[in-house]
Amino acid sequence: MPSYTLLINHKRCTVEAEEAMPLLWVIRDLIGLTGTKFGCGIAQCGACTVHLNGTPVRSCSIPISSVADQPVTTIEGLSSDNSHPVQQAWIAEQVPQCGYCQSGQIMTAAAFLKKNPNPTDQDINLAMQGHICRCGTYTRIRKAIKTAATLSKKQTTE
Amino acid sequence: MKDQQDSLSRRDFIRLSGISTLSLTLGYYTSACDQTVKVLNTQTISSVIELVAWISIDTNGDIKLMNHRSEMGQGTQQTIPQILAEELEVSMDQITVVSASANPKKYGPQPQEGSFSVRGWCQQLLKMGATARQMLIMAAAKQWNVPVTECSAKNGQVFHQPTNQKAGYGSLVEEAAKIKPPSNVTLKERKDYTIIGKPLPRNDIPSKVNGTAVFGLDKKLPGLLYAVVERNPRFRGKVKSFDDTETRKIIGVKHVCKVQRAVFGSLYEGIAVVANSIWAAMQGRKVLRVEWDDTGFDHVSTTQMDEQMRHNLKKPAPSSQFEKAVKQASDTLSVEYETPYQAHSCMEPLNCTVHVHDNRIDVWGPLQEANWTQADLSQRMNIPIENVTVHMTFLGGGFGRKAFTDYPHEAALLSKELNAPVQVVWTREDDMIAGPFRPGAFFSCRGGLDKKGKIMAFQTITSTQWIGQEWSATPYADPEPAEYNKGRIEGLLHPYYKSIPHYSFAGVGNRVPMPVMWWRSVDASTNGFACESFIDELAYKAKQDPMDFRRSHLQETRYQNFIDKLEAVSGWKSRTTKGWGVAITQCFGSIAGHIVIVSRNADKKLQIDKVIALMDCGWYVNPDIIKAQVEGGIVMGLGAAIFHAIHFQDGMTVEKNFDTYLMPRMLDIPEIDVHIMENNEKPGGVGEPGLPPFAPALCNAIFDLTGKRIRKLPFALDEI
Ligand code: FES
Ligand code: FES
Repeated sequence: MPSYTLLINHKRCTVEAEEAMPLLWVIRDLIGLTGTKFGCGIAQCGACTVHLNGTPVRSCSIPISSVADQPVTTIEGLSSDNSHPVQQAWIAEQVPQCGYCQSGQIMTAAAFLKKNPNPTDQDINLAMQGHICRCGTYTRIRKAIKTAATLSKKQTTE
Repeated sequence: MKDQQDSLSRRDFIRLSGISTLSLTLGYYTSACDQTVKVLNTQTISSVIELVAWISIDTNGDIKLMNHRSEMGQGTQQTIPQILAEELEVSMDQITVVSASANPKKYGPQPQEGSFSVRGWCQQLLKMGATARQMLIMAAAKQWNVPVTECSAKNGQVFHQPTNQKAGYGSLVEEAAKIKPPSNVTLKERKDYTIIGKPLPRNDIPSKVNGTAVFGLDKKLPGLLYAVVERNPRFRGKVKSFDDTETRKIIGVKHVCKVQRAVFGSLYEGIAVVANSIWAAMQGRKVLRVEWDDTGFDHVSTTQMDEQMRHNLKKPAPSSQFEKAVKQASDTLSVEYETPYQAHSCMEPLNCTVHVHDNRIDVWGPLQEANWTQADLSQRMNIPIENVTVHMTFLGGGFGRKAFTDYPHEAALLSKELNAPVQVVWTREDDMIAGPFRPGAFFSCRGGLDKKGKIMAFQTITSTQWIGQEWSATPYADPEPAEYNKGRIEGLLHPYYKSIPHYSFAGVGNRVPMPVMWWRSVDASTNGFACESFIDELAYKAKQDPMDFRRSHLQETRYQNFIDKLEAVSGWKSRTTKGWGVAITQCFGSIAGHIVIVSRNADKKLQIDKVIALMDCGWYVNPDIIKAQVEGGIVMGLGAAIFHAIHFQDGMTVEKNFDTYLMPRMLDIPEIDVHIMENNEKPGGVGEPGLPPFAPALCNAIFDLTGKRIRKLPFALDEI
């Protein structure tokens, strides 16, 4: 089996895996970071979202062979103490219900706010359209993204 | 809420003392633990958590409160301790919340269905908290040699004002544990609550924003094997033969074997591929060849099933009493409504980890029914119930599906066969196609109005697949005979039964081979659509405002207040545009009403602008959790109204994943505004009742805007 060295959350990990093994299962089962979730396996729900080179991607649909040396960030790498503005906003707005979709939602929101620090409702709707939340936390996510935008600005001016 | 009915007897309590730690622990269902003092050694101190019920305070003052209910998003992790803490007089930051494993002897039954967490448990929990508080007060009074009545408790401490003394709970525990539990504790009055009724933040949320919350699928054990199962896409039927030659060539695949799936009384068959990783097991399954014996049951399709249900609606012989009444009506209406099958589609696909070893079973998983799982596995695996431990994990959604015990059972069979811990993982496709589904339901509704525009006769005939069919000796054999007024129709507001002089309900079961079971809000999710659409149709027929029409039929004060408030919070009376719809339903002890506002956008397409919801769940614990549950119910109701349905073709499920079973997403979600009734009614359910009014309120709004009645779900909003 081929071996791959990945840069995940600033740490190097070497794993042996089939080329076609999706990044999702590498992260969860070979590396043991279980914050990234399996929801559909076909790039429909967004539960498995991680950052690849800073861009949110569906790890269920990315074979490990195509990751190469691009840095990967998972929910565990966002912050170790819930200090990331998106995490803080998610707590402030009490977003999660079951919580299963939220790692993915948060990863997309974090990348989105970096690119668009002053989003409108429509920007948010479009950015988050790839995610499913069966518990129906959408209105709170919308609100939390705005809260996160405000918090980020505060953090940068401080 | 303040009266005490029965007192807690001494045998309702357990006390545990350890060598270095002593704790006062209180439980209600503890008849099995008659001994008053149990000595534990230090190694077992950590298992104190396992042994006690609900409240445990140790000499260091550490307070642990158990959540004995599954946490699947509905917030019991917060609400159960909130109730306990209120009467115990501790603040939420002084406690640790621990998820309890299944133990009916200690916690009573733990099923997580019927929106039962608060409505079923509040009295016992309040009493438990108050009793513990009183025992601690009594211990302090004794220690200070002062009258009990002069002492009070607050913030984890007991105070004696006159002598200015105070003591933390930790220092009183030892003494308190010796006291006979008082028989009549006084519960606090609602106005004195500092924790109950407050929108306190949920304590499980921090772990759900950083990936540390452990769901069923995150459970790891040394030597854990992973299994995926190829099940018959036609549900029933047997494995004729299978060829695993290619499967066994996949690196990591360890075993391939037959496994059963227990669906109520029936046993389905599948082939399990077991490997050292989920991915390897999935790869092995892809190249597995299975031949099924599909004889002995019908390979039905939705078109056929729908035809059958329509036909069934004509089966019941006319009710002479109703026919006589409806003849007197000055106006009549007769229409049919149709709702489809649905899948639960929890975000976390089904999975369960089981280790069968040494005549014991350990289970970890997202389980709504810890007790059923325990009892079911004990019985099916023939292992004494006390040797079956169900460890709770977080649930990535439940909605009724995770109350079912088929997936733990599969894992148990495989663990036993392989003599190793096994995690069975269902893919999204497995989860979606295998059921049990919410059954579709068709309705024939007839009504008559009197001269004043009041409903004088009301009839619904329902045809659906009964959820109980699998328990009968001959599942899906003959349709059940129709009978009038055998029961009530779940979803319909109760005062209608009083205000409508002639009502009649009948049902005809439709027997098909698909497994079915409850889905969030159960029958109210389909009945509510039919009843509240029909009430609206009658209102228009009577040329009355739909809200006034409802008000004139719902005479009880609770409903009058409800309608007044719904009108006020939505601005119903002062509305200036068309496109407003209302629906009010009742289930699981609560009343919920939605106002939906629709309009046409610049492209002339229909859009949902806003939903205003009112929930009357009586006495409540955490308003923010209630709001979240209603928001969630609305979104799930919206999905079922305009996005998804399960269809069958040649005996198999058509929709297999979220590319065809479409979910509402961010762009589809209107503004949602939730309000809660303030009253002292009995606590009602919260997780389910917020769903049923959505579909009828939406369709009533569309009628208001366009004059077009929608009587079949789901429908495409932009095609109207
Ligand atoms: S699991 Fe990857 S998008 Fe659903
Ligand atoms: S919080 Fe449960 S799926 Fe989003």
